Amino acid sequence: MTSLRIFFVGGLISFRALFNWLSPWIYIPSLLVAPIVQILLFAYMGRSAGVGSDAFYVIGNAVQYSAIPCLFAMANTVAGERWTQTLGIVLVTPARRIPLFLGRSLPVLANGWLVSMFSLVVGSLLLGVSIPASAWLPLALVVAIAAASCTGLGLANAAIGLRVRETAVMSNVLFGLLLIFCGANIALSALPGWMAAVGHWLPLSHAIAAARDLASGASLGDVSGLLWQEVGLGVLYGAFGLLMLRVFEFEGRRRATLEIQ
Amino acid sequence: MIVVRTLRMLAVCYWLHLKMLAASVFEGIFQVIWPLYFATVAFLVYGQSDDPKVLVYAGLGAAVMGIWSVVTTTASGLLQRERWHGTLELLVASPTRFAFILVPITTAMASLGLFSLGSTLLWGWLLFGVAVPIADPVLFVVSILVAVFSIALLGFLLSVAVVRYRTAWAMGNLLEYPGWLLCGFLIPLTLFPTWVNWISYLLPPTWGMRAIRESASGGSPWVDILLCLGVGLAYGLVGTLLSETVLRSARRNATLSLT
Repeated sequence: MTSLRIFFVGGLISFRALFNWLSPWIYIPSLLVAPIVQILLFAYMGRSAGVGSDAFYVIGNAVQYSAIPCLFAMANTVAGERWTQTLGIVLVTPARRIPLFLGRSLPVLANGWLVSMFSLVVGSLLLGVSIPASAWLPLALVVAIAAASCTGLGLANAAIGLRVRETAVMSNVLFGLLLIFCGANIALSALPGWMAAVGHWLPLSHAIAAARDLASGASLGDVSGLLWQEVGLGVLYGAFGLLMLRVFEFEGRRRATLEIQ
Repeated sequence: MIVVRTLRMLAVCYWLHLKMLAASVFEGIFQVIWPLYFATVAFLVYGQSDDPKVLVYAGLGAAVMGIWSVVTTTASGLLQRERWHGTLELLVASPTRFAFILVPITTAMASLGLFSLGSTLLWGWLLFGVAVPIADPVLFVVSILVAVFSIALLGFLLSVAVVRYRTAWAMGNLLEYPGWLLCGFLIPLTLFPTWVNWISYLLPPTWGMRAIRESASGGSPWVDILLCLGVGLAYGLVGTLLSETVLRSARRNATLSLT
C-alpha cells in the first residue's frame, strides 16, 4: 500500500512541482506551440527539397516531440529536487526506489502522450494531412508506447542527472540525437548504414515507423512486430535507468556529491 | 569626449560579456552543437534531392541559423539573469543609458553565433562534402557582421519586451523555430503565402540572410545590407523607448528586483 501511495501520490506531487506551475502558461509555448512549429519547419523543408510527404513529417515530428516532455521532465525529477535542496531528503527516506521513480515517470508518460497527440492532430489539420478515422485509435496506442519508451530513456537521463549538473544540456543532446537518428525526418532506409543501425537501438524509431504504416492503412496486427520492439527498447532503457539511479545514488552517498549544485 | 567615453563603455561591456558567455559550457559549446543537429537533418533531407545547388543553399542557411538561435534563447532571459545575479539594480542605477548597457550584451550573445556559423560550415564540408563557394569574402564578412548586429538589436528589444515576465525564457525558446522557418535560412520564402512573407520582411535575419547569399554568389548585397541594418535599427529604437518606459514603471511599482 505504501509503495502504491508513493507511486501515485508521490508521482503526481513531483510532476506538479516539476513545471513550477505557478504560471501554467509556460506549457502552451513549450509543449503545444513549439512542436507545431517544428512540424511546419521540417514539412516545408521537405517541400523545398522535394523529399517526403507532409504526412511523413507530421507523424515523424509529432511522435518525436514526446522526447521533450519525457526527457526533460525525467531529468528534472532529480535536478529539480537538487535545485530546491530536497534531493537528500527524498533519498534519505526508506521509500522503495522502484515505485518512487516509476511513480514520477507515469505523469511524464501521460504528458508525453498528450503533447504528441495534440501535435499529430493540429499538425494534420494545418497541413491538410488526411489520416483515416479508423487509424486514430491504434495511433493513440502507438504514441502511448512511444512516450513510454522515451520515458525509459528519460529514466536513464535522470540517472545521469545524479552525476551531471547540466541536465538541460544532456536532455537537449539526447533530443538532438533522436531528431537525427530515429527516422523522424529522414527514413531509416535513407540514412547511412551505421546511422540506421544506431536508430534501430533508439526509442521512438519503431513507433514512428509503425505510426506511418498505420496512417497508410496498415492494421495494428501488421505493425505488432515494430511495437514489440519499441516496448522492448523502452523496458531495456527503463531498467538500465533504474539500475543506474541506484548505482549513482550509492556513489553519491559515498562521495557526498548528491547535492553539489 | 562623451562619445569616446560611450564607445569605450560599449566596447568594455561587449568584451566583458563575451568572455562571460564564452566561459559557460552551456552558452558556449552547446550553442555551437545545437544548430549542428538541425544542420545535419537539413543536410540529410536536402541530400536526398538531385540538385546539388540545394545543398549549398542549405549549408549557408544552416550556418547562419545559430546566430538567431543564440540570441532568441538567451536574450529573453537576459534581465532575469541579471536579477538572479543581483546586478540588475546596479545596472539600472548607473548613469549610463540602459540601452547602452543591454545592446553590447545582446551583441556579445549574437557574436557567439559566429562560432556556430564557422563550425556548421566546417561540419557541412567535412561530413557532407558541402563546400560553400564565397565569391566576395569582404562583402560576405560585412553581410555577416551587419546580420549579427541587427539580430542583436532585435534581441535587445526582446530582452526589454519580456522583462515583466518571470518565465520569459519560454518565450525566447518559442521564437527559435519560427525564425528558422520564416527568415529564409533553409526554406525559400516563395513557398509561403504572401502574408507570411510580410512577416518575414519585418525580421532582420531575412535581409541578413539575403545579403549573405548575395555576397556568397557574387551579387550585390548592398540593398539587403541596408535593409537589414535599417530594420535592426528600428528594433533598437523601439527597444530604447520601451526600456525607458519599462524602467519608469518598474521604479514606480518597485518591481525591479521581483524574482
